[in-house]
Amino acid sequence: MPNVPRSHINGLMKLLNVPLNTQVKFFSVVDASLIAKLNQYGLYQGDSLCVVRVAPLGGPLLVQVNGREIALGRDIAEKIIVEIK
Amino acid sequence: MKVALIGLPNCGKSTLFNQVAGYKAETGNFSGTTVKFTESRVRVAGEVIDLVDLPGAYTLQSGSPAELEAARYMDSQNVDVIVNVADSTQLASALSLTFELMQFNKPLILALNMMDEAARMGLHIDGEGLAQELGIPVLPLVASKGRGVKGLFVKALEQARKKENKTRNIMDWTAEASHRQSIELAKKFVKQGERFSSMRDRLDDILLHPIWGYVLLLSVLLLFFQAVYGIGKLTEPPLLAFFNLITNIALAPFTQGSLVSQLLLGILQGIAAGVAIVLPYLLPFLLGLGLLEDIGYLPRIAFLMDALMHRIGLHGKAIVPFILGYGCNVPAVMSTRTLEEPRDRYIAAALATLVPCAARLAVVFGLVAYYLGSLAALGLYLLNILVIALTGRILSNLLPDVAPGLILEMPTYRVPTLKNVFNKAWFRLREFVVEAWPLLIAGSAVLALLNYFQLAYIFNYLVRPFTWMMGLPAEVGVPLIFGILRKELSLVMLSQALGSTNFAAVLSPTQMVVYATFVMFYLPCLATLAVLRRELGTKAMLSISALTIFIAFVAAMFVRGVMLL
Repeated sequence: MPNVPRSHINGLMKLLNVPLNTQVKFFSVVDASLIAKLNQYGLYQGDSLCVVRVAPLGGPLLVQVNGREIALGRDIAEKIIVEIK
Repeated sequence: MKVALIGLPNCGKSTLFNQVAGYKAETGNFSGTTVKFTESRVRVAGEVIDLVDLPGAYTLQSGSPAELEAARYMDSQNVDVIVNVADSTQLASALSLTFELMQFNKPLILALNMMDEAARMGLHIDGEGLAQELGIPVLPLVASKGRGVKGLFVKALEQARKKENKTRNIMDWTAEASHRQSIELAKKFVKQGERFSSMRDRLDDILLHPIWGYVLLLSVLLLFFQAVYGIGKLTEPPLLAFFNLITNIALAPFTQGSLVSQLLLGILQGIAAGVAIVLPYLLPFLLGLGLLEDIGYLPRIAFLMDALMHRIGLHGKAIVPFILGYGCNVPAVMSTRTLEEPRDRYIAAALATLVPCAARLAVVFGLVAYYLGSLAALGLYLLNILVIALTGRILSNLLPDVAPGLILEMPTYRVPTLKNVFNKAWFRLREFVVEAWPLLIAGSAVLALLNYFQLAYIFNYLVRPFTWMMGLPAEVGVPLIFGILRKELSLVMLSQALGSTNFAAVLSPTQMVVYATFVMFYLPCLATLAVLRRELGTKAMLSISALTIFIAFVAAMFVRGVMLL
C-alpha cells in the first residue's frame, strides 16, 4: 500500500482520523502482517466500522463492528484505511 | 464418545463446560480466558462422555498456534460431535466460525447461547430458519443459568450417532468468505425488534468517560483494596492466635530446642504462613476480582489505562497484574496469562513482582512510616512507581515489541452469578494451595534445620558484601533471607536479629529507609517464585529474580545517597 494521504482523497482515510459516530467501511491495512491479527478478532476488509468512543491522552478507540465493540490501540487505528460511505 | 466445545472468545463455552463438568475451566468476562484445552469425563443425559473445552477463536484459519492446535484436534478421528457455542447477540460474527466448522465434515450442532441477553436487546432469532439454511440442528441455550444444557447434549449425542450428516459442502470457503456469509445470514435470520435503550451505552458513558471514568476507576480500586485489607485485618489475628495455640499444643511433648521440636515448629510455621496469606488476603481478593471480572469491568480498565501503559512499553491489558500486585503478587503473576505475547507476559510479570504487596506494605509502614512519618512512606511508594516505570521502559527497549498494540474485545456487562464467582475463586485458590504452599512448608522446615545447626549466621556472611555496601549491619542478612518465605518476616525477624523491638535505637533513619527500600524490591516471596516458574518457566523465574535483586540494590544505594546528602 503506497502511502495514503492524511486527508481523504477518494473518500479514503485512516481510521484514527475518522470523526466519532461516522459509519465507515474497512478498506485495507497498511501493514500486511496486521491483517491476520485483525481476522483473529473477527475483523475483515469490507466490514462496517464506527468509532463510538476515544480514550483520552492518546488512548485507544472503541470501534463498533457487527454488533460488537472492539478497542483498538492508536498504533493500530493508524494503520487501518477506511472508506467514508 | 467425545464432544468438543468450540466458539468465539467470551461466548460462554467454559461456562457451559463448567455447568456440566463442575468448575474446571477458567472463565471470565473477557476474551481468551481459556488458553489450554480442558478435558473432563462427565455424565450427561445418562451417558458418559469426554467433554473438551477448546480455546475461543473467531477463525481457525489465521494461523495462530492456538487455532492450529484446535483445528488439528477437531480433525482428529476421535471427536464424535462438535458443539459450536455462539453468542446469540453477535451472530453476525459467530456464524463465520460455524461455516469453518462445517468443513470438518463431522456431526455439528449449533448452540445459541445467551438467549436471555438477546431477548433483552430485542433481538428475534429465527432458529428454525437458521437450522434449515445451515443443515445442522440449532438449539437455544442460557449456559450461565443452566437452561437448555440437557437438551443440547441429548441432541448432540443423537447427532453423533447418525451415520450421515447433511451439512452443506463449502469445502473451499476462505475465512473471509465465511465471514461475509455470516453477516448475510445474520441479516436474514435476526430481526431487531424494539430496542431497549441499552444499559451498556449508559454505563459506558459514565465508566469510560474521559474524567469520570478515571474518578470511578480510582474509587472502585480504593474500595476494593479497603475491603480486602478490612477483611484481612479482621481475620488474620484470630487465625494466627489459633495457630499459636496449635503450635503450643503440638510442641508440648517435646523438649524445647530439640531437633524434632525445631523441625515441627518450622513445618507448622510454614502451614500457618500459607493460611495467613491465603485466607485473610488472597481469598477476599480473588472473590472481588472475580466479581469485577464477571461484570466485565476489567476490559474497561484496560481501555482507560492503555495510554499510560504505552509509556512503559506495554498496553492496556497489562494493567490488571499491577492492580492485583498491590494485594498479593501471586494472583498478579497468574493474571499475566491473559496477555497474548510472551514478551508482554514476561515484562508484566517482572514489573508486577516489583509492586509492593500487602506484606511489604507492613514492612514499609512498620519501619518507615512508624519511625519516620507517613510522608517518608509515601515517598517510598512514589519511588516504587518511578522505578517500575523506568524498569518497564528499559525492559521494553531490550525486548522489542512484536505485537501491534491493543486489540481487545469490549464485552457487554453481565450480572455475575454468585456460584461462578465463588467457584472461580476456589479454582484459583487451589492453584496456590497445590503449587506454592508445599514450597512454603518445605522452605520453612529447611530454615528451621539451618537454625538448629546454627548455620543461619552463614547467611550474614554470604550477603555481607551487599549489606556492607548499603551501610546496613551484618545481622540483617538473616531477616532478608528469611523474608523470601514471607515478606513480613523481614520485619518480624529484624527485631530478633538486632535484639531490639525499638528500631530507632539500633538503626539510623538512613538504615531504616535503605532496608525498607531493599525489601520493597528484592526477590518476590517463595509463593510468587513458584507461580512465576509455572507461568513463565524456570529461566524466566531466575532472570526475574536476578533482575529484582539488582533493582533492589541499585534503588537502595540511590536512597542511601539521597539520605546522605
